This record gives sequence, C-alpha cells and structure tokens, in this order.
Amino acid sequence: MSQVSGRPSMSVLQALAAHSRWRGWEIALFAALALSWFVLPEHALLANEIALLALFAVSLDLILGYAGIVSLGHAAFFGVGAYAAALFAKHVMPDPLVGLVFAVAVASLLGLLTSALILRGSDLTRLMVTLGVASLLYELANRLDQWTGGADGLQGVTMAPLLGRFDWDLQGRTAYAYTLVVLLLALFACRRLVHSPFGVSLQALRDNRLRASAIGLSVNARLVAIYTIAGGIAGAAGALLAQTTGFASLDVLDFHRSADVLLVLVIGGTGYLYGGLLGAIAFKLLHDLIAAWTPQYWTFWIGLFLVVLVLVGRDRLLKPWTWRAAR
Amino acid sequence: MLTLLFDGIAYGMLLFVLAVGLAVTLGLMNFINLAHGAFAMAGGYATVLLMDRAGVPFLATLPIAFALAAGAGALLERTLYRPMYGKPHLDQVLFSIGLVFMAVAAVDYLIGSQQQIVKLPAFLSGRFDLAAVGIGKYRLFIIVLCALLTVALQLVLSRTRFGSRLRAAVDDPRVASGLGINVNRVFLLTFAVGSGLAGLGGALGAEVLGLDPTFPLKFMIYFLIVVSVGGTSTITGPLLAALLLGIADVLGKYYAPKLGAFIVYTLMIVILLWRPQGLFVRKGAR
Repeated sequence: MSQVSGRPSMSVLQALAAHSRWRGWEIALFAALALSWFVLPEHALLANEIALLALFAVSLDLILGYAGIVSLGHAAFFGVGAYAAALFAKHVMPDPLVGLVFAVAVASLLGLLTSALILRGSDLTRLMVTLGVASLLYELANRLDQWTGGADGLQGVTMAPLLGRFDWDLQGRTAYAYTLVVLLLALFACRRLVHSPFGVSLQALRDNRLRASAIGLSVNARLVAIYTIAGGIAGAAGALLAQTTGFASLDVLDFHRSADVLLVLVIGGTGYLYGGLLGAIAFKLLHDLIAAWTPQYWTFWIGLFLVVLVLVGRDRLLKPWTWRAAR
Repeated sequence: MLTLLFDGIAYGMLLFVLAVGLAVTLGLMNFINLAHGAFAMAGGYATVLLMDRAGVPFLATLPIAFALAAGAGALLERTLYRPMYGKPHLDQVLFSIGLVFMAVAAVDYLIGSQQQIVKLPAFLSGRFDLAAVGIGKYRLFIIVLCALLTVALQLVLSRTRFGSRLRAAVDDPRVASGLGINVNRVFLLTFAVGSGLAGLGGALGAEVLGLDPTFPLKFMIYFLIVVSVGGTSTITGPLLAALLLGIADVLGKYYAPKLGAFIVYTLMIVILLWRPQGLFVRKGAR
C-alpha cells in the first residue's frame, strides 16, 4: 500500500519516489540471486527450476497481488509460452533468445485477447473463465497432436548455443545463468512497474474498484494492460522451461500448474513482488524434501499445509505467536 | 438422436444432483467450495465398498452414501468451514483446493488408484426400446430419482419454514439471527444436506462417470460450470445449466469426439461473457 496518506505534506511525486527507493535488503536479495550462480554449481538444475517457477509466480503476483484478479488458469500463459518456444525452435530457428521473444509475444497476445474475459462479473466468474481458458488450451494441445505430440509431449527440441557461444551443459550451468538473468531483468522491470504511478493505480483499483473509477482511473484499460504484461512474463517462464529442458508436454497446461503457482505465491506472500521468489524457493525445497520421503502422496501434505495456512491466516503463517490472538 | 438426447438428459440430471449442494453453498452462501467433489467421491466409494466388501445391495447403499457424505459435511462444516465464511474468496479457494488434494491422496493411499467398478443389479442393467428410442434402464432410474429429488428440493426451499429460514439467513445473516433464526444451525443443516446430495450423486454416478481418486479434480470444473452458468437465484437455474451441459457433452462426444470437452468450455465462456452472473439472477441479491 502506498504511504501517501501517512505523509500529507509531501507531494505525490515525492511520496512515490520515497516509496520506490531501493531498500538495503532488496539490493542484498538481488546480489544473493546473482551470486547463487557461483556458489551453487552442483545444484544448477534445481536452481533453474526454482528460478523459472519464481518468474511464473511473480507474474501471477502482478495480477493477483497488485490488481486483485483471482485466477485459476495462469498455466494457460505458461503453457502457451512453452509450446511457442518449443515449436519455434523446432520449425523456425533454434536461437533461444529469439525464441524467448517470440514466446513472450505470443503469450502477451493471448493475455490481451483473454483480458476481455476478466473485466466483468464476480470473483467466481473470473475463476471459472480463467480455469475455462486454461482447460480449453489443454484440450487444444491434446487434440492437435500432430503439432504438439499430444500426451507424449513434444520431443527433440534442440536449442542453439546461447548467444551463439555458450553450449547447454548437462549440469545446467548455462541454463541456470540464462534463467537467472531473465528472472533478474524481469524482477527489475516489475519493480519499476509496480512503483510507477501505473502500479500504484492498480493497487487502488484492487482495493476498491468503484472508488478507483470514481476518481477517474480507467479501470478496464489498466486491467487489460496488466493482464497482458503478466501473460507475457508467465509465457517467458514457460519458454525458459521448454528451452532449458528441450521438452514440452501437456503437463505445462495442466490444472496442477495453476494451482501450484497460486500456492507458491501464497506461501511467499502476495502483493510485495518478492513473494513469488521466496515462495518458489520454499516450495521447491519442501517438495524435494517431502517427495523424497513419500513420493506418491506428497499432495496430501500440500493440501494439509494449505488448509492450515488459511485457517491460521495467510499473512500470519510465519508468526506463530499471533495464532491464538484475533481469531 | 433421441436416444442421445435421453442419455444427455440423464447425464444432466446426474450433474444437477451432484452440483445442487454446491449451488447452495457457493451460490447462496457465497462460499467458493472447490472441495464439493470430494463429498461426491466419498459417496461413490461408500457404495462401491459396501457392495464389494459387505455385500449390501445397490439400492440400500444409496441412503448410506447420502448419510455418510452428509455426516462428513456436517463435521467439516462445524470444524473447518465455518471460520472460512467471512474470509476473502482467495482464502476459500486455497482452503478447499487443499481439502481436495488431501482427499485425493488419502483415497489413493487407503484404497488404491485403480478405477472402481459398480456392479448394477440385473433389473437396472440393459435397455429397452420405446418408440425407437433406446432407453437404458439405469439411465431412466437416474432421471426418475433425480427428478423426484429436484421437485422435493424445490418444495423444501420454497414452501417450508426451513426454506424461508434458509433464504432469510442467506440474504442477511445478521437480521435473520435478530429475528431468532439460528443461522449457524441453518447453515450446518444446509451444508450437510448439500454434501449428502453430492454423496448420493457420486453413488449414482459411479457407474456413468467412473470413479477413481482423481474424481474431485476431474469433475470440479463441471460442478462449477453448472453453478456459475446457472446463476444462484433458484435451483431452476442450475438445473437448466446441468441439463444443457449434459446434453451438450453427450452430443459433443458422439458427433464431434475429436473436440472433446471443448464444446462445454466454450459454451461456458460464451454464456459467462453474455451474462457474468449466470443465466438466472435474483433481483436484489448482493
């Protein structure tokens, strides 16, 4: 939330500038991310997964945490990005960066087209429509098996070396560097975005749409814009997955993806940009831990976690001493 | 063609019984309960296990399935759901998805992931022809039973004291409790009956829809479509939506099998674009 109200003597621009100043811990976070490439060489594959999941969750945060749109179908953009990147590499050219740009463009376009669907109705309508779009795309990918490989997945995607110089190694060092750079750039861009007047206006319409439109914000135009941007970023996450694993299957469009990313974001906390990042780290580590212990039934523990999380309150999970108070 | 229509109606009726409890909790009480399918699955498994392991006849398992699911619903409402009523929709979604995940994994662990088969009694299997329309006996049974349930529900909601109490409690819980209505008990009963109906639907539908641990996830979207498309004014809306969905799905599977669930999703999106609050909206509802 903006701090404008607390400092009435400041002008709006000054308040925004103060609000968007880099904090020490943010700089440390960015530095730690960049350093992780050097200190975690043997975990690059896992780190790569975490980084692209974080990117995916950050994009969901833009629409959920900042614009207040509940979506159960965010995998639609992830999946479209993944298939776009994989098909582009297979049929047009194998250069990863061009493929990434192409995938982002396709996913953004999808965001632009489907944004009309989320402008009307209640939370339930939005849940249903986003879920419906993702399910439609899942069915589509399943039917168009001559292009997507259907249930078997799209195999044999080979990527050209990154920037024409860096080969994809088996340890995932190149892949992680690639994903990490994209993640850092995206985080940086999103940070600029949410601290801009546009980002602040999004929070205004999240808190009260009627009031936001009453003070002259064009609510629908803003929602379309942020949905398109979020779609593009989710598409980038999907493209990174397809490019760094050389594989895309129906799994990228599955409902589980949408539910997982919602969960990741909620674990980390919504509406402060880094929730997706912290959530992704926690989620993947937990997943690896529980899956090693009980591989088949790990969804049970995830479910239990969700129920407890909501019962004690999402924003209080990390503060056990507040559980008993304020029920 | 008419045979297909008949099958579609049977399918739609089944969906209606499965979803009508959700129509009440989600539609009337405004609680996004994605875990509704878990109660249906409980009913389905109750029937299958009772028949397989205890040798209970099929018809006798139906009321047991209802009672078990209703009991589970009442228990969960009292312990877990009630604190959730006032929370934001996102919390409700997360909470109920969590319940679904737990139910899926628990059934997988306890019973196994294979598809369960319901052995129908002889007098319900097979089909006969009536004026060139092939009528499956079991389908007919479903239609008759579900139609009776629908009429009974409609009467309870519109004609009885309990129905008017429920409607009052839903419209404004504070005023209703001020009038001496025990809102908590009304909600508890309603939730239990809704879950019970889901359990009955699951028991009836195990043969038609298939039953395995992923049932709640697989059919979640169908229940939600019925409710969101049907609107929340009366139970007529969800009924029509369920019939529409059932017929569209059966016809689609027959005439355009390649399209699959495409038709259903497209239909839903188009209807929701046209009427975001569903086909039937109660005037003055919040």
